[in-house]
Amino acid sequence: MEVKMEMAEKKELSVIACRVRMGAIEGIFHAKSGHPGGSLSIADTLTYLYFKEMNVDPKDPKMEDRDRFVLSKGHCAPALYAVLAEKGFFPTEELKKLRKVGAMLQGHPDMKGTPGVDMSTGSLGQGISAAVGMALSAKMFGKNYRVFAALGDGELQEGQVWEAAMLAGHYNLDNLIAVVDNNGLQIDGKCTDICSPEPITDKFAAFGWHVITIDGHDFDDIERAFNEARQVTNKPTAIIQKSVKGKYVSFMENNVAWHGAAPNAEQYEIAVNDLKAKLAELEA
Amino acid sequence: MAEIINKATRDSYGETLVALGEEYDNLVVLDADLAKATKTEMFMKKFPERFIDCGIAESNMMGVAAGIASTGKIVFASSFAMFAAGRAFEIVRNSIGYPHLNVKIGATHAGISVGEDGATHQCCEDIALMRTIPGMVIINPADDVEAKAAVRAAAKHVGPVYMRFGRLAVPVFNDEASYKFEIGKGIQIKDGNDVTIIATGLMVNEAIEASKVLKEQGINARIINIHTIKPIDKEIIIKAAKETGVLVTVEEHNIIGGLGSAVCDVVTESVPVPVVKIGVEDQYGMSGPALELLKVFGLSAENIVEKTKYALTLKK
Repeated sequence: MEVKMEMAEKKELSVIACRVRMGAIEGIFHAKSGHPGGSLSIADTLTYLYFKEMNVDPKDPKMEDRDRFVLSKGHCAPALYAVLAEKGFFPTEELKKLRKVGAMLQGHPDMKGTPGVDMSTGSLGQGISAAVGMALSAKMFGKNYRVFAALGDGELQEGQVWEAAMLAGHYNLDNLIAVVDNNGLQIDGKCTDICSPEPITDKFAAFGWHVITIDGHDFDDIERAFNEARQVTNKPTAIIQKSVKGKYVSFMENNVAWHGAAPNAEQYEIAVNDLKAKLAELEA
Repeated sequence: MAEIINKATRDSYGETLVALGEEYDNLVVLDADLAKATKTEMFMKKFPERFIDCGIAESNMMGVAAGIASTGKIVFASSFAMFAAGRAFEIVRNSIGYPHLNVKIGATHAGISVGEDGATHQCCEDIALMRTIPGMVIINPADDVEAKAAVRAAAKHVGPVYMRFGRLAVPVFNDEASYKFEIGKGIQIKDGNDVTIIATGLMVNEAIEASKVLKEQGINARIINIHTIKPIDKEIIIKAAKETGVLVTVEEHNIIGGLGSAVCDVVTESVPVPVVKIGVEDQYGMSGPALELLKVFGLSAENIVEKTKYALTLKK
């Protein structure tokens, strides 16, 4: 269990995650709107899911027994789109058309229009219910696929999250893994100042979930969590990842102002340079 | 004379689900702790492995329904109309409607005829709410025969459907052997050229009763049953407007946003004839026996007769 990921593999994932961050920022910059902060905080986990954990095929996005992913924090779509493009679900050129009239990539995920998107989300609290439905369907019909969902910590303020958590616990959905992106910030400020979702771990445990706490930017930690989740039986797993909103873009890190704002040309250049430097550091 | 049988459309719903469970092995039924009342309990007993009680959490139930449907299943999700369309509106809109998932909402206990439970449970807004969701089919069956046919049609239809059922046992007036149901097709029950009464749900039978009284008074009313409120049968409405020159709509729903509004939407753009709307007049319900309440709120053959005579005075 404690065997660390091969160095080369970890480096490769880090490089992909860096490109994912660039893709997300590029999309938001061209769209002149969007949500960079939470896209950057979930980028590593999304990269791990699509490149290491999930059974998906970009050539057959609707493959019946594929693993499913639901971005319950749907506003972080730019990161999901960038991962899907990296994985080959659609050309990376689409990222530049994000949020534009007639574009395939909508402001929030649209399962009807975008290959690889398993559920339309964006209205907070709803994605996790759909993920519970997918996991229940697998149990009812004897399928082995697993269902992953990502939630924001602010999103936990939506009561529907706990309705879903209660049902998932009740039905012992060990094929469901929810990641909570605990970056501590929401639009109006710090989650703990607005309406604290803490203690998040205790809450999920109380609803009958297996809970793992990790650093959401450490691939060893991420791998440990998903490996552990594979071993869990009779319980859904919640991975509470401590993360940094705006991770790896200097002026966005831990700055609530970047929850839902696009960088201007000057800021975009700084962001790209930050990420290029990170990439160079990884590839050195 | 054949004896008239009374039966609640929620019973027709429950029975048909059981039949469909045999025919479709990918059919799943959800409820939110009202399985005894919505009658999904019948399905639960027969197919417990394909039934999930989501507990008292309608919003989550609709999201779960969407998730299951996304895996290629036909999902029937049930609760009272108030909670299915009211509480869960936004989930129905965003998680079911927007991705056009194959979820059928079986909403029972619609309207004033819920009776004694009173205003909090008497949903007269559901049709208005559901009509605003693009791609949503809305069916409001009038009796047992129609309800059974509607549930079957909903299972066949690909995409979201909202079905509205009642708690109250109502007369079964359709003939099972000759009855034909098609989503989006109104049914002309009786011909007439003086005025057209367009009714839906349990008000169809009241409209038929009213037409008998009107006939005695020399008024020949055409009766149309609109079971599918969306997509509405424009053709049958426009034809009636042209041929009879005045319309009366009757529904157990708020006069804002329901059948009456839908009919007005059709005629104002094509044959602008007077339309007199009978329904709950933008009020909350109250407790009382269902049959008494229907009279109190003007949802009776007597009121239809009166309003129809008034409508005739508007005819040009």
